Amino acid sequence: MAFENLADRLQATFKKIRGKGKVSEADVKEMTREIRLALLEADVNFKVVKDFINRVKERAIGQEVLKSLTPGQQVIKVVQDELTELMGGEQSKITLASKPPTVIMLVGLQGAGKTTTTGKLANYLRKQYNKNPLLVAADVYRPAAIKQLQTLGKQLSMPVFSLGEQANPVDIAKQGLEQAKADHNDVVFIDTAGRLHIDENMMEELQNIEAAIKPDEIFLVVDAMTGQDAVNVAENFSERLDLTGVVLTKLDGDTRGGAALSVKAVTGKPIKFAATGEKLDALEPFYPDRMASRILGMGDVLTLIEKAQQDIDEEKAKDMEKKMRTASFTFDDFLEQIGQVRKMGPLDELLSMMPGANKLKGMKNIQIDDKQIGQVEAIIRSMTPQEKEDPELINASRRRRIANGSGTSIQDVNRLLKQFKEMKKMMKQMMGGGKGKKKKSPFNLPFM
Amino acid sequence: MSFLKKIKQKLTGQSDSVTSKFKSGLTKTRNSVASKVNNLVKRYRKVDEEFFEELEDILIGADVGVTTVMDIVERLKDEARTRNIKDTEALREVIAEVLADMLTKSEEETSLKMNENGLTVYLFVGVNGVGKTTTIGKLANRFKNEGKKVLLAAGDTFRAGAIEQLEIWGERAGVDVIKHQEGSDPAAVVFDAVAAAKSRGVDILICDTAGRLQNKVNLMKELEKVKRVISRELPDAPHEVLLALDATTGQNALSQAKTFGEATDVTGIVLTKLDGTAKGGIVFAIRNELDLPVKLVTLGEGIDDIQPFDADAFVYGLFGDMLEDAGDSEAEEV
Repeated sequence: MAFENLADRLQATFKKIRGKGKVSEADVKEMTREIRLALLEADVNFKVVKDFINRVKERAIGQEVLKSLTPGQQVIKVVQDELTELMGGEQSKITLASKPPTVIMLVGLQGAGKTTTTGKLANYLRKQYNKNPLLVAADVYRPAAIKQLQTLGKQLSMPVFSLGEQANPVDIAKQGLEQAKADHNDVVFIDTAGRLHIDENMMEELQNIEAAIKPDEIFLVVDAMTGQDAVNVAENFSERLDLTGVVLTKLDGDTRGGAALSVKAVTGKPIKFAATGEKLDALEPFYPDRMASRILGMGDVLTLIEKAQQDIDEEKAKDMEKKMRTASFTFDDFLEQIGQVRKMGPLDELLSMMPGANKLKGMKNIQIDDKQIGQVEAIIRSMTPQEKEDPELINASRRRRIANGSGTSIQDVNRLLKQFKEMKKMMKQMMGGGKGKKKKSPFNLPFM
Repeated sequence: MSFLKKIKQKLTGQSDSVTSKFKSGLTKTRNSVASKVNNLVKRYRKVDEEFFEELEDILIGADVGVTTVMDIVERLKDEARTRNIKDTEALREVIAEVLADMLTKSEEETSLKMNENGLTVYLFVGVNGVGKTTTIGKLANRFKNEGKKVLLAAGDTFRAGAIEQLEIWGERAGVDVIKHQEGSDPAAVVFDAVAAAKSRGVDILICDTAGRLQNKVNLMKELEKVKRVISRELPDAPHEVLLALDATTGQNALSQAKTFGEATDVTGIVLTKLDGTAKGGIVFAIRNELDLPVKLVTLGEGIDDIQPFDADAFVYGLFGDMLEDAGDSEAEEV
């Protein structure tokens, strides 16, 4: 919104510095100020920011940065390293009980997304670990919360245990667990009602459920858009319950998600999963390093690559990668890729994960939705093989023919041609243009 | 007379339910913001750069947002200079004054617009989980108690259980709900609802919509369509497009207000969940950067926990204690 990402901000600062022979104390101060603002804009709690800045300053003032030829790159690296470390270093996996069933309880504020996350997690465990979950509806307060879980259960073909809205949530949890044992469900999810962390009675209820069923995992579900208050929420839940981890929801929005950092700093508990969409398979393990990039506004190339690996045909992907690297990417490949990409999810989501995607002029205002993709496909299919190979061939009369053939306008065709050109350019940048550079950071920052 | 005393006097004239609701709802908020400012005033006798830096932190901690905090602090510095205020005690009043002024800077009404001769339509929009459906339930109940004939449209056809949730609220408030099946076109639901509202002689129709993140282009298009259908069926409608905003939301709220505003011409904000510890400071930023007024606040889970927004009461809720503390030699610390 008001500010560009940290990379852009630091870049402006470094432009000034680059002209100078050495970096002064004042320069460092300006740098840390930019970092501070970027983190605050990302909703990282201001106390957490303060501690963080002090650590970065120490390292930045240390010789490792300032004597380097590329101070910009170094500072970003220091910031990202520190952020990643603060966020928990390595990815943290779900704990499964040695003796089933594994009991997983979800807690959080109203509207954080507990019920939806319950469905997604259950789906994930079935897919990845071949588990057979039971969903227990312990939210007796919100109107139709039970119905919501039942509907999700139906969509997933999973059993849902409920005792109606009059029952006591502690009893529901206990009996749900018994039911799971009887039915040989190896994972039990307890979906609890949303509550305020300062609601004495409601928090006590959670403690009673915890005592009654002794969960293997208690996940605090946190909305990624939460502001400074994330600290208070996390603190309270963490004092009352033996939290084992955090699930960050609504990460498919355009929030930077600084709350992740605050919650981690306060609870010390790992963020285990991130929810990234409306569909029931839109849940992924949480990667601290990628979140660090996101908070800094540097895109999320790794997630993108991983997504591609999951859903795209291995061999074709290799072939594609080579083409991307050598920039010998044609419309035929594009068409091929659209088909593959469609399996991966909404395009704008993918696009937002590419670093620098917002910086390319041609890309800035593209908003791709799935309907538009159909149009793009139609346009490409109306090209001749030669045109697909070499878009430079496409002159005015060819454009008219393509537009007619695909039922679109010349403007649409023009737009696609322009986008394709920009895309090729971006691929070249992203892939570093050569084999030797493949291992290097994918972030192509101008001052690197 | 001091600014806060003026507000207090104005508010004591009112039926006190408004003030007390705000006060009880904002207890946590008040404790943190007001007591922090008090604490700050006590530690710094002189108004200086460090004082302002700490004040910045307090406001940022309330989610006011960096840009707006900078604006506020600039204004305070100006005021301090022109009024020649050197004492932090004296500046305390000015802080409350500047903040209240920000929320009331334009004179337009913060009350909900009504169609005097006929059907009034309100459309609720917002991201997932902010409390649209719950707020609609509360609002329906409120209008019903005022003797209005109310109808609800179950326009959230996407989320599992959303239609049932609105139906239960409809039962509680004693108002009818127009619904289709889950997964149907929300524009069609709204179309039917407007027709039903007209034929049944309804006073107020409130339309629910599915929560959606503002960066989902196709979902925002869907919302545009919903609004278009309402306007086509009833010129001048919807009379309000209300963006529900969770008070715990951080800076992303600005992006929400901006994008939903572009898609549906949002006319006001409903600030929900203000009974938590979140300060809802983002409304200052939204007012400052987008000039959107807050029209309603919700402060609890009860069906009555909804209030028209009153900037004076809001600021009094935030700073009321400062006034009381000012008289005490030993202020309570939290």
